[in-house]
Formats: sequence, C-alpha cells, structure tokens
Amino acid sequence: MATHSVALDTDSRADYLHATKGLASWLTTTDHKRIGIMYLIMIVAFFFFGATMGILMRLELFSPGQQFLSNGAYNRVLTLHGITMIFLFIIPSIPAVFGNFFLPIMVGANDVAFPRVNLVSWYCYAIGGLFAIISVGLGGPDTGWTFYVPYTATTNANVLIPILAAFILGWSSILTGLNFIVTVHRLRAPGMWWTRLPLFVWGHYATAWIQIVATPVIGITLLLVLMERFLHIPIFDPAVGGDPILYQHLFWIYSHPAVYIMVLPAMGVVSEIIPVFSRKTIFGYKFIAASSMAIATIGSLVWAHHMFTAGMADLARVVFSLLTFLVAIPSGIKILNWLATMYKGSIYLRVPMLYSLAFIFLFSIGGLTGLIQGALATDVHIHDTSFVVAHFHYTMFGGTGVMFFGALHYWFPKMFGRMYNRVVATIGFSTFFIGFNVLYFPLFLAGMHGMPRRYADYLPEYTIYHRISTIGSWIVVASLLVVVGNLVYAYFRGRKASVNPWGAATLEWTVPSPPPTHQFPKPITVTHGPYDYSQIKDWHE
Amino acid sequence: MSEPVTSTNDLEHVQPAAHPVVPYDPVANQIGMWLFLFTEFVLFGILFICFAVYLYEYKWQFEKGSGELNVAFGTINTLILLTSSLTVALAIAAMERSRKSLCVNLLTITVILAMAFFMIKSYEWGMKFEHGIYPGSTHLLEDFTKGENVFFGLYFTMTGLHGLHVLIGVTLLLFVRHKIQRDQVTPARISLLENSGLYWHLVDLIWIFLFPLFYLIS
Repeated sequence: MATHSVALDTDSRADYLHATKGLASWLTTTDHKRIGIMYLIMIVAFFFFGATMGILMRLELFSPGQQFLSNGAYNRVLTLHGITMIFLFIIPSIPAVFGNFFLPIMVGANDVAFPRVNLVSWYCYAIGGLFAIISVGLGGPDTGWTFYVPYTATTNANVLIPILAAFILGWSSILTGLNFIVTVHRLRAPGMWWTRLPLFVWGHYATAWIQIVATPVIGITLLLVLMERFLHIPIFDPAVGGDPILYQHLFWIYSHPAVYIMVLPAMGVVSEIIPVFSRKTIFGYKFIAASSMAIATIGSLVWAHHMFTAGMADLARVVFSLLTFLVAIPSGIKILNWLATMYKGSIYLRVPMLYSLAFIFLFSIGGLTGLIQGALATDVHIHDTSFVVAHFHYTMFGGTGVMFFGALHYWFPKMFGRMYNRVVATIGFSTFFIGFNVLYFPLFLAGMHGMPRRYADYLPEYTIYHRISTIGSWIVVASLLVVVGNLVYAYFRGRKASVNPWGAATLEWTVPSPPPTHQFPKPITVTHGPYDYSQIKDWHE
Repeated sequence: MSEPVTSTNDLEHVQPAAHPVVPYDPVANQIGMWLFLFTEFVLFGILFICFAVYLYEYKWQFEKGSGELNVAFGTINTLILLTSSLTVALAIAAMERSRKSLCVNLLTITVILAMAFFMIKSYEWGMKFEHGIYPGSTHLLEDFTKGENVFFGLYFTMTGLHGLHVLIGVTLLLFVRHKIQRDQVTPARISLLENSGLYWHLVDLIWIFLFPLFYLIS
C-alpha cells in the first residue's frame, strides 16, 4: 500500500500521543487531537499567568492605601490580567482545546475540514501569546483590555505589541470558527443528521458563526487605533475631529458577542455532561440547539448596553436594554432544560457532574445580576463599580472557567487514557466552589455601596469586602493547584481508563482511550441519537 | 445495528499516516473561502460604517475633500480593475476547459492589470504627498478643517488597506499560476484557482464601492 514509505516512523497501533515522536512531530502536526493538546498546554500556562496577575491585584487591595503596587503598576497588572484572561484563556479555552479534539470525533470525522489551516490557527495563537509575553517585558500596557481611545492613542506605555497580539489572536479565533463550520457542514458521518448532532457541536457551531461575524470588527478597530497612534490618522480622537463613542461602539460590537463566544461552548459541555450523569436523554434537544443559535443572533445586537452612561440617545438606550432582556430568554431555556433533564433521572454525582451543577448555580447568579445592569435605571447606579466585576467573573470564570475544568474532568480519560483520583478531584472542586464565592460575592456588595472598579485604592469602609475577597483568592489558588496537580499526577500514574468510563452515547466514547491518530479507520454509520442510552449496557469507570 | 463504530479491543486501526485524512472536497473549499470572504466584508464594512458616520457629521467637508481627488485616475483604475476581474473569470473558464496555457496567459494579464492599478494608485498617493496632503502633515492640520482631515484619514486608510489587498491578491495569483504550470492545479483540483479568483473579485468589489464614495461625492 501507499503507506509503506511512512510506516517506518509511524507505529500504526499507537495512540495519537505516541504515533510519532519528537517535538518537531508535534509542531508540524495537523492532527486535530494533537493541536488540541498543544492548545491545552499553552492555555493552562496563560491561565496561571493571568491568575497570578489577579492575585497581585487582590494582595494590593487587601488594605486601603498603597501596599506594594504603585497606581501605574496596578493599571498594568490589571490590563495584563484582562488581556491574558480574555484573549488567551477564555475565548480559545473550550473551542480550541475540546472543540478541536472532540468536534470532529463527535460528528464521525477523522479531522477538521482544513487540518493545515487548523495548525496555522494554532501558530497564530502561539505568536499572539508570544507578543503578549513580549509586552510584559516592555512593561505592559496600562489601558485596560478595552483599549479605549483617546487614552490608548496617547499613553506612554507600549500598546503596539499587545494590540498586535489581540489582532493576531483574532485570526486564530476566526480560522478555528471557519474550520468548525465547514466541518459540521461537510464531514458529518452518514446518519449524523443535524438533529443527531451532540449539543456540544451545536454550541460550537453557533460560536463559530459569532467568531466569523464579530472578530473582524475588533481586528479592523484595533488597526484603526494603531493608525491613529502611529500615523496620526484622525478617526477616534475628538481633538482632531474623531469620535470616541464610535470607538466604543465598534469595540463592543465585537466584545459583547465575544462573551457568547466564551460561554456557548461551556453551555455545550454542560449539555453533554448532564444527560450522561442523569442516565436520561436530554430534555428539549431542539430547544437547546435553537437557543444556542438564538443567543448567537440576539447576542450580536446588544453591545451598547456597555455604554449606557457613555452618551447615547434615549431611544437607543431603551432598545438596547430591551434586547438585553431578550437575550436572557434563551439562556433561561437552557437552564430549564438542564434541570428538567435531571428531574426523575438517575443522577450519579461524579466530578464532571459537580462542575456542571456549579456552572448552573454560578452562571445563574452571573446572568441574573447581568439583568440588573441591563435595566437602565439600576445600571446608572452600579456602572463602573465592582458589582460589574463580580458579575462578569461569575459568568466568565464561574461559567466558562468552571466548565473548562469540568470538560477536562469529563474528557480526561478519553484524551489521555488515564483516570484521575476521584476523591482528590472532588476535594479540589469543593474548595474551589467555596473559594470562588468567597472571592467574588463580596464584590457585589462593595459595588452596591459604590466601590469603583479598576481602582488601586479605596476608602476604609470597603476594607471588609476586600479582605474577604482576597482570602477567597487564596482558597481558589490552593484549590486550583490541587485540581491541576491531581490531573498531572493522573497523566503519569493514573490507572488505565476504559473506552467508555461514564456510559455516554456520543461517538468519542466508541473509539479507544486515547484515540489512535485516525479514530475512524473504516467509515461509520450513525444509528442513534447522542443521548440514547438504551444500548449502553456494560460500562465501568 | 446499534453499535455504530469500533469497540474496546479494536487495536487493528489501520493508519495511513500521510495526509489526506480528509478527502479533497471542492464544496468544502468553496464554503471555507466564502466564510473567509465574509470576514473581509465585515472588515471593510466597519470602515464603510465609519465613513457613513463621518459623512453624516461632516457633510460639506467631505464634499470639499472629495474635490481634491482626481476623478480621471479613479475612473481609469476602476476600468482596469473591472477588466482584471473579467480576465481572472476567463482564466477559470479556460482551466475548466483544460486549456492550461490560455489560463496561464490570462492570469498573467490579470497580474499586469493589477500592477497597473497599483502603480497608478501609488502615483496618485505620491502626488498628494507632494502637495503636503498626508496623515499628520502640517499643511493638512493647519489649512484644512477637522472634517477634511477625517476625510483624508479615511481615504488613506481605506485605499491603503485596499492596496494591501491588491498586493496580496497579486501574490496569490502568481502562486496559483506557478501551481498550474507544475500541474498541481488541474480541472479536477481547481479549488485553489477558483478561490483565488473569488478573492480577486472581492478586491474588485471593494474598489467599486470605494470609487464613488471618495471620488464622486463632490
């Protein structure tokens, strides 16, 4: 056969991790699974960098007055925290790692539609990450992750490198989304109807459309900022005839849909985990799938709710407020359906299920407090306070961040062929859950009482909230070390995982753990839905 | 019936290590290209939105700024670019009929037309620079209104970004031409040529909007 020439350096029986050896074989791979793993390593590394920045802020805020960070240094730490967590962690987290790894397997394909483009996308991410690291070496930007003009056009801090980083990372995101859309359209196995697609795939399909529609907006907007700064082309600076509100509109036209890029994949993971651990088919499959598309559509039309106090026509504010309330409906539909799936199910509480339940709890708090800000009158009161900070950490970290770890615990046996220690993982999860609420809930209260966000200092009456919050951050860090340490230990020493440890019915649980490079050597035909457990009889962890 | 795929102890995975694991699929390539073109539309679309916003804000300044541009250059360039779109479409048609050398020649003509466009555009920019009209120039800041400054800012940004796309398009067309000569693009594997053609039409289409908006509003 034609495979003779390459058979020398390829072990045909080895899994994807051991099929070929050496760093070069990884850096030139087009295997979607390996690319997913390469993303995983970088994304976790950047997560810990961003978390370190967060800890520095929390330590500075432990007491009023200056501790060890000057105001300028605090601004830089805050900006690095934001850029790292948003562009390098949350946006790529679930799609780039688990989407890359599992979306093709779940639709019955051997790879994404454009494997080489997929590798290009990873390199965009790597280069963007490298630029972010360089920008730290240059002192870091001090603009906040929003790069608001005119300040960004005039600040003395280096903003060129971080803006280029965000620009390049945008292309990584676009190419991943493009690949997913074409994969879902063209590479579904026979019998994998649209109504048999796992909801994880539906979530990524909706996400991919937002990535393609919205990301170019931030790309061109950031380019305009650079042209304003370096070529003195007047676009946004009012001193030379530009309009800074226009910048804010353009920025949020991307950056609000981006929060759905962040959360829709997480919702997809929840939709996978809950039926498996409830031993019951998903309730309202079509509603969940449609609500993903509805969130993607309506979510693209609500951006100006970030600008209620920035100066806008009253009519526009009312319309954007109304649309903001509308976007809560599909999210509510999902939560209702998850709860209805659990109702009268045979629930067994394994670690992934715990994370999913935490998601529902934390994301509900995050989502409902979002409505408080979507209402015009209350938003004027809490705008730019730490209430907002608490809100988006509940949605982003409590939502997407939690499900990143939830997905890791769900698919770890499949990705690495090993089981982790369930007791340690549960302890890690529980401390995380407690620490998370200790860390962020006080910020709601402080914000209600007027604590402004992004400030390095505060009045003494806010001390108690900040103290509790900082203590919470220590608990979160300790728990994350337990969680990650447990998984790393499992990778080396964990017992071998079976093909289908959870008794799930989606296609990835039919291939070996870990999968071989070509997971489907023979064409397959799909004969049942993704949550049909009637055929799953004997399964063991 | 029920179990769609392989089972636990299926270690007999045959692994053809070389690509493609994904079969050649011209439809997938087309969808992918259109999605990519869509991102380009959004990219320029945002610039057109900026243009609309500032046209509303600085109506007469924009009209006055437009009067500074040379309509003759713009018209000639429009004709050149439209013709190049025709030649690239003919090149694809030639390839579909397996007429390789005709296809290569038509691509050569397309590239020449593209370079002609680019040179005229550069000359036009150079003339503006000579008259002291370039971003941040003292002439522009002192003798023109804010609105005209914004107009020229957008003019240089949008035609500049378009010019960059022309250069990328030329590179792409030359690359395809090379691939055709080495028989790596054939009527059976035509996606690369088709997609490059689509890209070139995009470059043309954007200019079709840039031309009236900048040159013909005075």
